[in-house]
Amino acid sequence: MTTRTMIMDDFVWRALLGGLGLAVVAGPLGSFVVWRRMAFFGDALAHSALLGIALGFLFRLDLTLGVVGVCVLLALLLTVLQRQTRLPGDTILGIFAHSSLAFGLVVVSFMDRLRVDLISFLFGDILAVTPLDLAWIYGAGAAVLGILAWLWQPLLNLSVHEDLARVEGVAADQVKLAFVLLLAIVVAIAMKIVGVLLITALLIVPAAAARNFARSPEQMAAFAALAGALAVASGLAASLVFDTPSGPSIVAAAAVLFALSVAIRRTAPA
Amino acid sequence: MTPLDHAPLLQASGITKRFGRRTVLDHVDLAVAAREIVTVIGPNGAGKSTLLRILLGLLPPDSGAQQRAPGIRIGYMPQRLAVDETLPLTVRRFLRLGQPGTEAAMRAALEEVGAPEVLDTEIQRVSGGEFQRVLLARALLRDPALLVLDEPVQGVDVAGQEDLFRLILEIRDRRGCGVLMVSHDLHLVMAATDTVVCLNHHVCCTGRPEAVRVDPAYLALFGAARGGELAVYHHHHDHVHDAPHHADHAHDHADHDHG
Repeated sequence: MTTRTMIMDDFVWRALLGGLGLAVVAGPLGSFVVWRRMAFFGDALAHSALLGIALGFLFRLDLTLGVVGVCVLLALLLTVLQRQTRLPGDTILGIFAHSSLAFGLVVVSFMDRLRVDLISFLFGDILAVTPLDLAWIYGAGAAVLGILAWLWQPLLNLSVHEDLARVEGVAADQVKLAFVLLLAIVVAIAMKIVGVLLITALLIVPAAAARNFARSPEQMAAFAALAGALAVASGLAASLVFDTPSGPSIVAAAAVLFALSVAIRRTAPA
Repeated sequence: MTPLDHAPLLQASGITKRFGRRTVLDHVDLAVAAREIVTVIGPNGAGKSTLLRILLGLLPPDSGAQQRAPGIRIGYMPQRLAVDETLPLTVRRFLRLGQPGTEAAMRAALEEVGAPEVLDTEIQRVSGGEFQRVLLARALLRDPALLVLDEPVQGVDVAGQEDLFRLILEIRDRRGCGVLMVSHDLHLVMAATDTVVCLNHHVCCTGRPEAVRVDPAYLALFGAARGGELAVYHHHHDHVHDAPHHADHAHDHADHDHG
């Protein structure tokens, strides 16, 4: 009995640690996703993650590595295509988001072992977070936050007005490319926690909630990290108590926080 | 005066740009000297903003040559900048984004453009006129040798438009910088410009504003623009801003509804 409780404790703690680590990275990055109106871009990356799983499995690679690889490739491809085709940006994103998800599902259907886990890939399985997953979340997460901090000022300038930033000397193309790569990495490591279909929510919902109280971009990023952490903790607790799926519970908790932030803001305007 | 003072800050010749099959700019020549205010005027879609973007190095021309004075600092005021509501940003922070400046420098710049009160206001909450002044302050904080202003008075009421052009003139006089701006309306900028370049894909005519105003090429361009579908606006705008000194025939052409 004692051993059993110990084991439970173990994976619950890992789940909590993984979720919190992700929330802290998703907050600042998600703020930029909101400011730059890139929610759909994030979605396109997230939907391709399943294909990464399938290909990783096919070529016997580490699955997270497979997802990172596919997400990064797609981010590069989308960046080039958006510059060069005449199709509207959201059409291109829609094509890639849904066709990569479709291809991912088709490939997975050929693999019996993966098909069993399909639901957990789509909606996340935070309780299955391994020590290796934790290493990915904290290692990649720290790198992403470090690079984001370094690019903060030019990226913010770009997000306000790209031409003005360029005239003022910002290397816009490089900074934008770096940002989509950071986004690809975070999407890849978030997949385990909330799943392919809910990653974008973890990026934008806490950031949107934070907007209602923030007075500066940095404050919004910090509040978003905090809101995300709160959503992870309460969603995880709810999923243990009510035996609900963890990923959706976390996103639902974030949505409740967002609704609360709007309500509080309405009743007590600063 | 050193000989360098007479060299142009910016010189472009034969600038040509096509988008697909459409020739947007056709062998355009333009130069801005130190202390000179050059205004590019032209109807909607004449290629004014494209020309500015090429001169700023934001867009490569298909052909043509351009030269800038070495190491020149440019202050740029873009057209139609709207900061997203989701971004919490005070004017102070907005100014600092362009240039890491001291508190005193920011206050001085806002003072210079006549908007000293807005430093701690959220950028989305300032009025149209104040916002244009804040943009101008951000350009000035770079201590520019050349100011490039794309439709600097848009979103500003008529009295405010005249004030802004007067301000630009004062800034040129005080700082001795060159100014290149785009406007859709010659008569508002007449008093605040040295040279007018009338653009409709190619340069129709160029010269002092008084000369351009009576140039047949200018009259043909703007006479035609207001004779057609814009008759409705003609009437409307006569009411809104017919100040006596620019109640002229060509005042009310196309681009008042620029947007």
